[in-house]
Amino acid sequence: LVLSQGEQTICTCTSDRLLIKGAKIVNDDQSFCADIYMEDGLIKQIGENLIVPGGVKTIDAHGRMVMPGGIDVHTRFQMPDRGMTAADDFYQGTRAALAGGTTMIIDHVVPEPGMTLISAFNQWREWADSKACCDYSLHVDITEWHKGVLEEMEALVKDHGVNSFLVYLAYKDVFQLTDSQIYEVFSVIRDLGAIAQVHAENGDIIVEEQRRILELGITGPEGHVLSRPEELEAEAVNRSVTVANQTNCPLYITKVMSKSAADVIAQARKKGTVVYGEPITASLGTDGSHYWSKNWAKAATYVTSPPLSPDPTTPDYLNSLLSCGDLQVTGSAHCTFNTAQRAVGKDDFTLIPEGTNGTEERMSIIWDKCVVTGKMDENQFVAVTSTNAAKIFNLYPRKGRIAVGSDADLVLWDPELTKIISAKSHNLAVEYNIFEGTEVRGSPLVVISQGKIVLEDGNLHTTEGSGRYVTRKPFPDYVYKRIKARSRLAELRGVPRGLYDGPVCEVSVTPKAMTPASSAKTSPAKQPDQPVRNLHQSGFSLSGAQIDDNIPRRNTQRIVAPPGGRTNITSLG
Amino acid sequence: HAVHELIIQKNVTRSERLLIKGGRIVNDDQSFYADIYMEDGVIKQIGDNLIVPGGVKTIEADGKMVIPGGIDIHTHLQMPFRGTSTVDDFSQGTKAALAGGTTMIVDHVIPEPGSSLVEAFERWREWADEKVCCDYSLHVDITHLNDSVKQEVLSLIKEKGVNSFQVYMAFKDLYQMSNSELYEIFTFLGEHGGIAQVHAENGEIIAEEQARMLEMGITGPEGHVLSRPEELEAEAVFRAVTIASQTNCPLYVTRVMSKSAADIILQARKKGNVVFGEPITASLGTDGTHYWSKNWAKAASFVTSPPLSPDPTTPDYLNTLLASGDLSVVGSAHCTFSVAQKAIGKDDFTQIPEGVNGAEERMSVIWDKAVVTGKMDENMFVAVTSTNAAKILNLYPRKGRIAVGSDSDLVIWDTDATRTITAKTHHSAAEYNVFEGMELRGAPMLVICQGKIVLEDGNLHATAGTGRFIPCSPFPDFTYKRIKARKQLAILKAVPRGMYDGPVSEFSPMSRGGTPSASTRTSPTKAPLRNLHQSGFTLSGPEEAPIRPAGRRIVVPPGGRSNIISLS
Repeated sequence: LVLSQGEQTICTCTSDRLLIKGAKIVNDDQSFCADIYMEDGLIKQIGENLIVPGGVKTIDAHGRMVMPGGIDVHTRFQMPDRGMTAADDFYQGTRAALAGGTTMIIDHVVPEPGMTLISAFNQWREWADSKACCDYSLHVDITEWHKGVLEEMEALVKDHGVNSFLVYLAYKDVFQLTDSQIYEVFSVIRDLGAIAQVHAENGDIIVEEQRRILELGITGPEGHVLSRPEELEAEAVNRSVTVANQTNCPLYITKVMSKSAADVIAQARKKGTVVYGEPITASLGTDGSHYWSKNWAKAATYVTSPPLSPDPTTPDYLNSLLSCGDLQVTGSAHCTFNTAQRAVGKDDFTLIPEGTNGTEERMSIIWDKCVVTGKMDENQFVAVTSTNAAKIFNLYPRKGRIAVGSDADLVLWDPELTKIISAKSHNLAVEYNIFEGTEVRGSPLVVISQGKIVLEDGNLHTTEGSGRYVTRKPFPDYVYKRIKARSRLAELRGVPRGLYDGPVCEVSVTPKAMTPASSAKTSPAKQPDQPVRNLHQSGFSLSGAQIDDNIPRRNTQRIVAPPGGRTNITSLG
Repeated sequence: HAVHELIIQKNVTRSERLLIKGGRIVNDDQSFYADIYMEDGVIKQIGDNLIVPGGVKTIEADGKMVIPGGIDIHTHLQMPFRGTSTVDDFSQGTKAALAGGTTMIVDHVIPEPGSSLVEAFERWREWADEKVCCDYSLHVDITHLNDSVKQEVLSLIKEKGVNSFQVYMAFKDLYQMSNSELYEIFTFLGEHGGIAQVHAENGEIIAEEQARMLEMGITGPEGHVLSRPEELEAEAVFRAVTIASQTNCPLYVTRVMSKSAADIILQARKKGNVVFGEPITASLGTDGTHYWSKNWAKAASFVTSPPLSPDPTTPDYLNTLLASGDLSVVGSAHCTFSVAQKAIGKDDFTQIPEGVNGAEERMSVIWDKAVVTGKMDENMFVAVTSTNAAKILNLYPRKGRIAVGSDSDLVIWDTDATRTITAKTHHSAAEYNVFEGMELRGAPMLVICQGKIVLEDGNLHATAGTGRFIPCSPFPDFTYKRIKARKQLAILKAVPRGMYDGPVSEFSPMSRGGTPSASTRTSPTKAPLRNLHQSGFTLSGPEEAPIRPAGRRIVVPPGGRSNIISLS
């Protein structure tokens, strides 16, 4: 199918110059026919009848689609878990990603509580630099909260190219943060210009349910999903949306697994909240009925959190929301464990290491479920597999677009190619594949990463350690334009009043019955215009305006508030 | 004047026997013309041409509406506050209620955190018995949780006539409960037939916002509403709904103050959750723009939690949802402080004692905002002011209905009466009235409480200490029929599998990257250690689980309970 017309057909995997002829270039905004010339890992020219040096390896696309390589925004390769390590390391994982048409991954750094963020980050860099076969970046998870963490976050943003941090609403007593802590983390993230990611599940209630399920004698993988009903996912999404609105911080929900959770995100977006939802390959491609499989090892393969929904209409629903833009990006949350590792939880589902595969299958699953079914077109496909991720995480247009100057990460896509997914043929280190037996239409024919052909004729030509760490700057325009406008709107005003000089009731010093005791408060009435600590130095001002109080009930008042987000921006009049 | 249309045949104010002639009886289901004969505080006969003893005091209703007396399901009379108490005690407060057409109140017992629930209950009983002028019941607030609290809750339910308990999601470090505690309490109440009431606001975020406001130098009452935006109310309602549905416990959200919170309740009801929403007089009648008043004392008089919404379209919206049945009952949350008491927080809004008036104005505000405007009819008016409350608390049909055998708590309602609300004439002891200057159509012309006329010709004839405590029994049909049915459905089944006998990875049982460490667990394959749902859940046998069944149905009751996933 692929014609290699250049003279240097032998040295396919090391060529620094590449020409794709007769391509239908598919970006997220339009498709058009043109040739693409690449050199030194960058796209140098796009157009017809390009003038290129002699001896360039040429791929004839024959009018097939060439699209920006996929960006898998969520992987957990080589993730440590209680002394074990996820089966797919950065080499195996990125190979699988490339095989599926994904040319960049963003992995999660998970500091064990007690470990500093920077040392965890460096650890992950070391692992990835020596093994990754494609470009990568890193999210950092905030697994505990104190002042030192704040300083480390600042350093990560300023010196290490990190612009996204994930907090957990679940995993009580391990990773879980309280609402107050999340409020503080979000405030910091907003000030740093980063993205707040959340693992959204109500960890408190999950613990109660886990105990109840175990006490009922349910110890198998079905207990996992029974103890984590989708309502708890939706509740946590709703709570994080509230806190994000309150702090005017952009929010990104990882692993959208259920219809209810997706609905909460869609509603919040309609109200104007800056929130993004990330369904994963598993939630788009399969469902939670497998937890009831009589084959323990197979059932355990599906264990991930939030769990796959037992409602079999879920994948179709999530694919629809992805198509209409209510959900924006797709990750794989690829985190695989082999059966022996899973078997750690053979007598207790709460001990089963969590995670599913999906990095290799991601693009094909979406093509099959969304494009073939007519839910989305090829441009939206590019948006949800690549471009939106690049925009949100400030990689655009270097990544996520075919344009002059962009990285030469490209995929020649064959919409006709049909595959049957199977653990026998996948590029993973595990014995099970959660999509086993699924027939998908649409697959990569040729994959180019950093200007080099890494997949051709079904053969992978990857080089361990060739992937580069890609830094990401804070304040991505795509996310922060609205946030910035809102913080300018957020003027809070005190009402200037004469001092109250009437009688004051004598009371005992015990904390008052109806509001929290605020012990560390100084007398604030003296200087009503001197903020002690201004969290919003750029936006908030104390102006002296007030409303006319002579008319007790006015009917034409307007509340000035930006859509959805307003954080206490109730300026009347 | 309207009152003069009454023809009083016998000038006796204290009669054990009463006849109302020519009234139009309005219940929540229908209206019809009939006479009502009462004796010993109970309705004995309803019909035309009743045969009654001679010498009975007769009231000529002249075709006016006769409705069941209002039930104010939420009051804080005589509430202790840092060594003082609210200015309206049980006498003053119930007089105000009676003056507005309310013949029963349900007050909240608030035990100091750490103290005994039963003792607090007894103290409230003592205070109330001595002073109340109308019948009353008590909710008990759970302000801390331990095993003895559960025992006390149980004895309150079984022996003391309490079936509703409120928990707080706000007031951090004081009353606030964690999600786990809410789960535990809801589970317990669901098993024992109680109703879980919640004060729904996210206390964690409020504490953060309060600190921020004060640091910005905002110390006046406007800081109160700025630090408690309505999203935090909506968030807490959402969370409470989730936990209630998880535990299969009926939920009652007190003080619905904002559109967002009301929306969450209506969505939950549409999904089938057993949840009731209680807007209060203040949220139906006024809004939060007054927090910006330059008169500090006036602004402070509006301070309550959740706060009144500064969005002026809120009252109209809440009245609409009340009319459509999405919100169920109306309380007043009457909790009044003098200006001097409010002034404790003159330099710091977080110190202002919280609460607004509304017991006296409740019925008229609803009539004016909802019935006069055509949102609801007179029957729905009776439902939201009286009947629904009686049903939820298991007092129906003794209260909340005009029927033979019901208590003779009645109101002759004058739809044409108009009055202007002002602190000068109200029956509350507070100096301010949050409805000051509001002209309301609809007022009680005559109020009968326990078979006695207590309001007539605009004069109150209430006697302190005459009110009785009305016990509420558990498992009210109105709330628990559905809960019980769902319990039957909730069958959790384990998948019977052979033992896994393959290789098992070595692992260190320390903290892990995936799930919480489960340290305190015993071998879980044994029999259940503690069965929280002994009546409903069973461990039944094997179930075929086909790999990808196409036409599979998930059996779940509407909206509710998620853990009921029995795949068939």
